[in-house]
Amino acid sequence: MASTIIFYLLAGFAIACAISLVIHRNPLYSAISLVGVFLSLSCIYFTLAAPFIAAVQVLIYAGAIMVLVVFVILLLNLDDDKPLTRLRYLYAVAGGLGLALLAQTLFIFYAVMRTPQEEINTEQTVGNTLSIGRAMYTEYLLPVEIVGVMLLMAIVGAVVLVRKLNQPQLELVVEEELELRHEKEEKDDYRIAF
Amino acid sequence: MESVVKTAFPFVVYTGAILLAFQGVLIMVAYTVLAERKVLGWIQGRIGPNRVGPWGVLQPFADLLKFIFKEDLVPDKSTKFVYFLAPLVALTCALMPIVLYPFGPPITTIDWTFLPYGLGEGITQLPLTIAQIDVGVLFVLGITSVGVYGIALAGWSSNSKYSLMGGLRSSAQMISYELAMGASVIGVVMLSGTLDLNGIINAQASSPFRWFIIPQFIGFVVFLIAAFAETNRVPFDLPEAETELVAGFHTEYSALKFALFFMAEYVNMFTVSVMVTVLFLGGWYLPGLSYLFEVGSIPYAIASHVTFLGKIFLFLFLYIWIRGTLPRFRFDQLMNFGWKFLLPLALANVILTILIVYFLNS
Repeated sequence: MASTIIFYLLAGFAIACAISLVIHRNPLYSAISLVGVFLSLSCIYFTLAAPFIAAVQVLIYAGAIMVLVVFVILLLNLDDDKPLTRLRYLYAVAGGLGLALLAQTLFIFYAVMRTPQEEINTEQTVGNTLSIGRAMYTEYLLPVEIVGVMLLMAIVGAVVLVRKLNQPQLELVVEEELELRHEKEEKDDYRIAF
Repeated sequence: MESVVKTAFPFVVYTGAILLAFQGVLIMVAYTVLAERKVLGWIQGRIGPNRVGPWGVLQPFADLLKFIFKEDLVPDKSTKFVYFLAPLVALTCALMPIVLYPFGPPITTIDWTFLPYGLGEGITQLPLTIAQIDVGVLFVLGITSVGVYGIALAGWSSNSKYSLMGGLRSSAQMISYELAMGASVIGVVMLSGTLDLNGIINAQASSPFRWFIIPQFIGFVVFLIAAFAETNRVPFDLPEAETELVAGFHTEYSALKFALFFMAEYVNMFTVSVMVTVLFLGGWYLPGLSYLFEVGSIPYAIASHVTFLGKIFLFLFLYIWIRGTLPRFRFDQLMNFGWKFLLPLALANVILTILIVYFLNS
């Protein structure tokens, strides 16, 4: 009973935050709303006896990724997003995609209702840290490795992109510095010769 | 009646425990502030606060009264909702880890059958932790990392350049040092084989030579340095560097809202001290205590709790000592130090620990 009430409170909060995320024109308000969604999702994971996933949700999504997003918004000092004047057909595309998502959710709901309920073995619940670790490094080792390599590629790509943009400036700075030193050395040489 | 009592019992017990723990920690935090002023006074050859009560012991209450009765100023062009939200976020995130503190060993000798309606049935021990969850370490790290929103949003919503600079610096600093902090904990988690705070203490509770400060000394140093940066304390207090940013992110805050930020900073110091104590110094464990008292009895629990507080106060004193001794870093030095020295050191420590654990087990 109490857990049902808590679930509906958290779910309602998550949905309210998600709606506020979409309708706000200020990017910072949207970011804060998304943090609210993540936090309430994390609380729901806790009530479902999956503490590891809950903690990781807070640690990675709310604590790292969204901090970065908020940081960028603060750094660029973004203003309110202007209402769309061009590209109006995107509304229709977004509406179609939203309907597809809703249909998928309803189908999952229907499928879950159809499957017979089983007693859960607390030793083997997915939220247990030990079972997650064991599954990741035995049964699902290849997908984990693939994801690891992809993330590494993303990091290397980011570094390469940033390097390319800054390279000419960097070289300019180095050249200037070298010239300065050269001049100074020449002066020094001149002084010694004098 | 019986069913009502049985349903309400856990809620009442947990609410009482949470209130007690929060009150205790907040009072200790208030006296940490007094201790800081006193110790800083001695370091600088002064006396420190000594007017309110004998030896200045009532100073925290006088400070609180002053905070309450100050005028509550709100900047005209601030973003009101976020401006009010920020101090609440900061203090909430600071207080939440308190429910995970392992205050002491479980008490097993009390007979709970005297409770009415058979409430005491099946209770074999009284744990001195409010919520003992499987992933305590991750939860504490996660919640403290959410606390940065309080500071970043305070800086943004005040609509002042000094506040914004303070908020930006703070977010950048926390993102940078969180990585090193998390990486330094991995070694401890590998050696103890659990993420539960009580489990980590139990893994160290056989002799002081098994405290993780010895096999994980590099991890200990990295964690301590990252902890100073995470709590925005000297020498990493760039977000509130008064010589360049007035007061940083809380420049525009006054009265009780400023007090909330102030409390959040000191509660965070307390949390970090608890984490260092639990992860590297064996928590409430003190060698020889189990010979003096029976394990699981009330005196043993009290003695262990006093040990725990003693170790925490050691680290709080270190905080104050360093504040009285060291100057502040420059911002680029801070970033270089975090990314180019502390993080590689923490990762090297992780790899070293993996190799040691692998060869010891095989």
